[in-house]
Amino acid sequence: MSDVPAGLPKAWTKMLEGLKNWSRIYSPWAIHFNSGSCNGCDIEILATLTPRYDVERFGIKLQGSPRHADVLICTGPVTLQARDRLKRVYDQMPDPKFVIAVGSCATSGGVFQGCYNVVGGIDQVIPVNAFIPGCPPRPEAIIDGVVKLLGSLQQKKVAEKTG
Amino acid sequence: MTGPHVEKFIVPIGPQHPALKEPAHFEFTVDGETVTSASVRFGYVHRGLEKGAENRNWAQALYLLERVCGICSHAHSTVYSLGVERLAGVTAPPRAQAIRQILLELERIHSHMLWVGVAAHEAGFDTLFMYSWRDRETVMDILESFTGNRVNYSANVLGGVKYDLGPAQADSILSGLDYLEKRLHYYMKVVNNDESFLGRTRGVGTMTTEEAENLGAIGPVVRASGVSRDLRVDAPYLLYADFPINVITATAGDLQARFVVRIQELFESTRNIRALVEHLPEGELAVRFPRKVRAGETVSRIEAPRGGLFYFIKSDGGENPFRVKVRTPSLRNFMSVIVGAVGHQLADIPMILSGIDPCFSCNDRTVIVRREGRDGSAAPSESDSRKDSSS
Ligand code: SF4
Repeated sequence: MSDVPAGLPKAWTKMLEGLKNWSRIYSPWAIHFNSGSCNGCDIEILATLTPRYDVERFGIKLQGSPRHADVLICTGPVTLQARDRLKRVYDQMPDPKFVIAVGSCATSGGVFQGCYNVVGGIDQVIPVNAFIPGCPPRPEAIIDGVVKLLGSLQQKKVAEKTG
Repeated sequence: MTGPHVEKFIVPIGPQHPALKEPAHFEFTVDGETVTSASVRFGYVHRGLEKGAENRNWAQALYLLERVCGICSHAHSTVYSLGVERLAGVTAPPRAQAIRQILLELERIHSHMLWVGVAAHEAGFDTLFMYSWRDRETVMDILESFTGNRVNYSANVLGGVKYDLGPAQADSILSGLDYLEKRLHYYMKVVNNDESFLGRTRGVGTMTTEEAENLGAIGPVVRASGVSRDLRVDAPYLLYADFPINVITATAGDLQARFVVRIQELFESTRNIRALVEHLPEGELAVRFPRKVRAGETVSRIEAPRGGLFYFIKSDGGENPFRVKVRTPSLRNFMSVIVGAVGHQLADIPMILSGIDPCFSCNDRTVIVRREGRDGSAAPSESDSRKDSSS
């Protein structure tokens, strides 16, 4: 969390940190990257944005640019071609950043394990905070995964406060 | 091209881009706002499925190939099953064939509605996007109650299907279709009458019949340019001979015509599903399938939502496929984007691209285009001559 300007009074820094955390938990911006998926997971992610599921009511917004995003939602196994791109997208995101791997493929390579152009799951390339298994996971499961991730951040915040 | 003072830029798009749901890389050369040339590079989702299928046995390959594309998963598993069954000399019982066909048409509904939404979103008409995705949940519910999964139903087994269609499901299908038909009439009205929407679609990306034929377009794209080409009629499979569909064509060849063709196809699909549900043949769901398939080779074709889907399957008499070659419809339609983009405004490109209903996950396999004997009008882009290590 180095982007708070140095030299500020300690109380200010703490307040700014608190503000940032609060907004991140209540309105995370997400970016979606497909590194070799069959599309099944992608359409379910898109479905979470549409009226029946509507994640925007939780403040979750799908964003176009990695530089604006807090959460990277990955689908599919990582192919050799997409590996560097995935790394690059991850590196472009500002800290702190979180990664959610959606689908069996993103978790382990799934049905594509052993194909010559597949590296494996997302965690082979970048660190992952939450895995959502399923082929594809239902939109409810995806929302549940995101909410669980946010919940774990909330706990961390509480721990920071009391600790 | 205009005077020497105008600078030219190359606008790269992708592989990660908000307008693209899947990774691909495009380069558009623009002169001011006008596109003067375009090229595309695929391969980000190339997973090596064809080779992967050779390392799995006949049944395992079915589940792998179903995941070529999540949107038309049932089309892939059906075309593979039909081919392998023909090789093995096995025929799925009539009830299984009817259920396969019902699922194919349900899948067409879900795929076309998904497309209506995405294309409307590209046109800046998010209301239609939300409407069509909300209504699409009806068909997703039907698919889920039928097979237990919303996408990748894995309803096929070699020799038949897994899931039966009971009276309760038949009722839910029929009432779901009633609702959908009502909504489809509404969409029809929107795409034909909404002035701002017509501004984005009428006369955009127009392809004449001749161009469509030359560029090798396929599926609803070529039907919107006035060519009556549909494998369900030209080479009937499953029960399409007994429960036929009417080929929908339009003559304008622009984006609006593609909207109209796709939505009208949905009326045909609902009619076809109704007929099948009401006259579902009695009998077994599956027959026994041998572990080894006798040596031979076959070509299997069906009409997927995006056009003709083609599989070549070869067996050497063993437990694994010897070779599976997949040719998906999206790949054939890409040439029309690359050629059709030239001369359009850059802002129209997302619409032209989504007009073919592109699906990159099924695109990413090797094509080797021979240049000899072809005129230069459809010069293949560099990516078309990639070498495949699996071939
Ligand atoms: S988990 Fe299943 S649906 Fe998702 S990308 Fe992999 S194969 Fe497709």
